[in-house]
Amino acid sequence: MTATEALLDRRGGLRDRVARLERMLEIRALEDRVQALFSEGLVHGTTHTAQGQEAVAVGVAAATRPTDVVTCTYRGHAVALALGLTVEDVLGEIMGRTIGSVGGVGGSMHLCEPDVGLLPTFAIVGAGIPVAVGAGLSAQLRGGDDIAVAVFGDGATNIGAFHEGLNLAAIWQLPVLFVCEHNVYGEYSRFDLTTPVADVSVRGASYAIPSATVDGQDVDVVVAAVEEAVTAIRAGGGPRFLEFKTYRYAGHSRSDTAPYRPEGEMELWRERDPIDRFTERLLSEDALDAAAADAMAARVAARVDEAVETVKASPVPDAEAMFRHVYAPNRSR
Amino acid sequence: MAKLRMRQAIVAALADEMERDGSVIVFGEDVAAAGGPFKTSEGLLERFGRARVRDTPISETGFLGAGLGAAVTGLRPVVEIMFIEFLGVALDMLSTEAAKFRYLSGGKLSVPLVVRASAGSGLGFGAQHSQTLETWLYATPGLKLAVASGPRTAYGLLRAAVQDDNPVVVLEPRPLYGEREEVETGDAAVIPLGQANLCATGDDVTIVGLGQTVGTALRAAESAGWTADVIDLQTLLPWDRDTVFASVARTGRLVVVEESPRTGGWGTEIAAAVAGECFGDLTAPVTRITAPDVPVPFPPELEARYLPGPDYVRAQIDTLLDSGRLPVPWWETEGLGA
Repeated sequence: MTATEALLDRRGGLRDRVARLERMLEIRALEDRVQALFSEGLVHGTTHTAQGQEAVAVGVAAATRPTDVVTCTYRGHAVALALGLTVEDVLGEIMGRTIGSVGGVGGSMHLCEPDVGLLPTFAIVGAGIPVAVGAGLSAQLRGGDDIAVAVFGDGATNIGAFHEGLNLAAIWQLPVLFVCEHNVYGEYSRFDLTTPVADVSVRGASYAIPSATVDGQDVDVVVAAVEEAVTAIRAGGGPRFLEFKTYRYAGHSRSDTAPYRPEGEMELWRERDPIDRFTERLLSEDALDAAAADAMAARVAARVDEAVETVKASPVPDAEAMFRHVYAPNRSR
Repeated sequence: MAKLRMRQAIVAALADEMERDGSVIVFGEDVAAAGGPFKTSEGLLERFGRARVRDTPISETGFLGAGLGAAVTGLRPVVEIMFIEFLGVALDMLSTEAAKFRYLSGGKLSVPLVVRASAGSGLGFGAQHSQTLETWLYATPGLKLAVASGPRTAYGLLRAAVQDDNPVVVLEPRPLYGEREEVETGDAAVIPLGQANLCATGDDVTIVGLGQTVGTALRAAESAGWTADVIDLQTLLPWDRDTVFASVARTGRLVVVEESPRTGGWGTEIAAAVAGECFGDLTAPVTRITAPDVPVPFPPELEARYLPGPDYVRAQIDTLLDSGRLPVPWWETEGLGA
């Protein structure tokens, strides 16, 4: 199997609900490990983890296909893994090693894999939104029914790029799905301190884009909502907007312990943990038994352990790497 | 060969590229139905249709970002920014996103995006619509930047930009849109990016210009008591060091003519490189003739002083050659701007 086939296989595997749980566990395990690797001095710089948001990432990936183009934020490890990137692809970037998805020169905030539709993730809030709109324009002019997906946080809904991107997608009726991961905090600030509406889906509606607010902590609900929206978009119905209510367990970045959280808020969200809820549901449906669940957890832990060792053994890029890929060589046209 | 105005040469370049490559699309404010505020896309809508020639809302971040998204997914968009100042609200999409995408994709993506913008002073547009602003873009690895100096270079550089697999900005000096010149069209007229053009040759001094200062330099040299190599840089990023260095090696003197403010102008890079690399060849101080460090004034009488004109350039070079010393800019002579 080539590397590309392996990525596509990981993506395609998400057709299976049990595989969705395993991917969510993988995301959680990697994100937890990243924080540990910081303490060990193996990760430097900054990183933004997405524990708590796994259902949105996996649900969006499960209900779209690799030929759909995705733009995503700097809190992108979860979406990247969901789309099909391997733990080594992602951790390799986080640790700045050649095995990373862009050879280690990008870092945690810059993951990319066009084979599964992922454009370089955006470290500027909201910037991916107009870019997804342009990818939607390509898809529209190309014909066929591929779409573009813009994944962004609630904080991005206050920046101009969001409004300009939605407006353009609406007037050109482009095949774009806007996915807001409403995780309650824009960097260090609570959503209600910065934004005068409770549901950002009203902002989608204000651009005449069919919009909905959806529970982002239930992967089945996420998949159903994305499938419905994507079906409408592929049929030529123009853009759709989905706001997923989710929660970020970690602070904004590694140095943020999130002392600004109101007391009890985390506990309330933990009760609705997307992994716990989905595990219980699969067990109650007999789609999974306790032994298989344990085996899955062990498998994921082993995969992450192995990836950590593989990435540690991967070299730091040499100086030549920083001069590579600044410009594209021109083909004769 | 036909006599074309610069705006017509731009239309011709766009049409020729759209004809040869179906993935080339054009969008921007008022470019389709109105044919462009400066008539630089006149007739393209009728010829190529609404799918490929599009009017956008007044939202540069939105449509420049869309240009990037389209460029990395198979199209070759040419996006018009009506006045270069309007890039300010969308600079992220160009400098921080488009210019980094090749690098941040590990070479998996290329960004064949062209941004055209009108630029420069001389038409009474005032302080917020008269700048050239190359320096906003200059320190941006991953980006290319070309500046037209008339109809012929507008055609050749724009075609090269559209064919390039990297993000390229092409600046069009607004006062030159109506200038006429014999223009060869066709593939042979494409001007490779990164090459300067030696437009006139002489022995005493090398004058480097960009955009509308190329014409200024040529006119200054016409009736001077000295002769000059006049170099149209054509591309600022990357700039043609070889052509400039070879000329300075022969003349021993460098004068850079810029229409932008003195501090941090594009000529600083040329001057520093020549001062260092051609140190042994120089027989006079490296000289920059620029605008003063002020916003572009509105009254025509003042705007004409802001922009270095042929007479001023000639007089400054006379001083340089006569005294061997750096000529003092007019505002310092008049005790202004201290």
